[in-house]
Amino acid sequence: MEVPILKHGPYLIASVQAALSDAALLELRDELVEQVGKFRARGVVLDVTVLDVMDSFTTRTLRAIAHMIRLRGAETVVVGIGPEVAFAMVQLGLTLEGVETALDLEGGLGVLEQRAKGGGDRGR
Amino acid sequence: MADEIRVPIDSEADIVTARQQGRDLAAQIGFSGSDLTLIATAISEVARNIVAYAKRGEILLSHTNQGSKRGIVVVARDEGPGIPDIALAMQDGHSTSRGLGLGLPGARRLMDEFDIVSQVGKGTTIVMKKWAQPHG
Amino acid sequence: MRKKSEERTATQPTGEAASALVSELVAHFREKREVLRRQWVEQMTAKGLLAGLTPQETEVESIVIYDTCIACLETGKYDGAQTYATKLAERSVLRGMTTEQAIGGLLTLRDVYGRSLFERYQRDVARLSAALDVYEPVANRILSIVALGFIEEREKVVRQQQEAIRELSTPVLQVRAGLLILPIIGMIDTQRARQLTEQLLRAIRSNRAGVVVIDITGVPAVDSKVANHLLQTVEAARLMGASVIVSGLSPQIAQTLVTIGVDLSKIKAVSDLQGAIDDADRLLGYQVITTERRGSRSHEPRVE
Repeated sequence: MEVPILKHGPYLIASVQAALSDAALLELRDELVEQVGKFRARGVVLDVTVLDVMDSFTTRTLRAIAHMIRLRGAETVVVGIGPEVAFAMVQLGLTLEGVETALDLEGGLGVLEQRAKGGGDRGR
Repeated sequence: MADEIRVPIDSEADIVTARQQGRDLAAQIGFSGSDLTLIATAISEVARNIVAYAKRGEILLSHTNQGSKRGIVVVARDEGPGIPDIALAMQDGHSTSRGLGLGLPGARRLMDEFDIVSQVGKGTTIVMKKWAQPHG
Repeated sequence: MRKKSEERTATQPTGEAASALVSELVAHFREKREVLRRQWVEQMTAKGLLAGLTPQETEVESIVIYDTCIACLETGKYDGAQTYATKLAERSVLRGMTTEQAIGGLLTLRDVYGRSLFERYQRDVARLSAALDVYEPVANRILSIVALGFIEEREKVVRQQQEAIRELSTPVLQVRAGLLILPIIGMIDTQRARQLTEQLLRAIRSNRAGVVVIDITGVPAVDSKVANHLLQTVEAARLMGASVIVSGLSPQIAQTLVTIGVDLSKIKAVSDLQGAIDDADRLLGYQVITTERRGSRSHEPRVE
């Protein structure tokens, strides 16, 4: 498995290590969904800092991941989208609608914890 | 700098190769950090298009000069089914496959010049160019 | 007394005669190098063109330039002149020289070369004429290269300054931990919008900002293009985990934009800047307390 998935309390942290092929991304999706079920995780932080390009397929798949994980009762936060990548994405018209985002790992865990405390929607 | 780099596109795994090669060449030409990402993303989209519709094709990367401006040229070529209505395909929001379908119009937005020629039954050729901002 | 038939019109000598003449001129200038170079330096000093240069620098520089010019004459190639022009331009612009000062030295050299030709061929008008026909185009070409190099360098500096002004005129301010304010003043075109967005996104990362307030009170015309730029910026900021509040968007303009089809539902808009900052603070977890005293507010971190 190219992307290591770590358990952090009630949450899972998946850090992408290198550019992912389509197949690898789909594999990650399946792996995450399975692990969420196995550990009854309440949230997932998906760190994509390493990805220098987020194209339409990657974006679609991330949304699918968030959706499938939500069906298992957990929330997904995508972190690590850098300025250049964010800019390219909006130029391309790609949105991560329905997916929470944060700056980095710390921020991502913060979002999950706030949700757990009943912080609810961050007003975005 | 190599004259022309050819990246055969036979499977989705080649998409990553094409955009990484594109990024490397663009860096050599002297594009800024954010432009590198834009170029790599545009290459990713057109390469993805080849895989999705034509199954196989190629990406040709080269550099060009116009006066004191330097630029990158990306040619995406396939012998796939071709696009029957190019105007429609280039419209924002158009999609013939599941998902966002933002490939071609999106790629055009990211680059400075974008030309597409397609013939049903023969194939499609896309030529995209981006110019580097002069230093300073 | 010269016979009329011996007078020549100013035509370019051709072929072997020409290259023989070129060799002759090159040899002449090389032979007279020390004399002419010193003459040249004296004249430049008199005109005050060498201020700021040490005698050693002057010596080395003048030798290089002199030899480069002769090389151009000899080879017909101007690479050396081009290289020198670029170096000179960079240095001149750095020191804030005027164009006259920068190429004044070369103009003087051109005169020194010219005078020496007059001196050499004064008894032979035809030969002088032929020599000038060979020499003048070379001199003019070198001068053009240097002048152009200077202009291009100046334009480069102007571009850099414009860029710096653009950055300065749109500072991203950190008001308190996690909160950035981006006040935009003036028209927004596509290029500026792009630059603003990139600046903002970089600031979000370096300041770890959770909320950004974009104030567009100072933007004179908010049309659908500007609104779309805003939408893009809002979305890009969100991808980096930051919420965006737009202040300064009057209800009237908002209404107009919605009417022409701009989807403002994604933008959290507040009319005034203070209101926007209050909202931002709430989002960040600060408690906003309005005390009895009019106009006084304080912001305290919410105690967990």
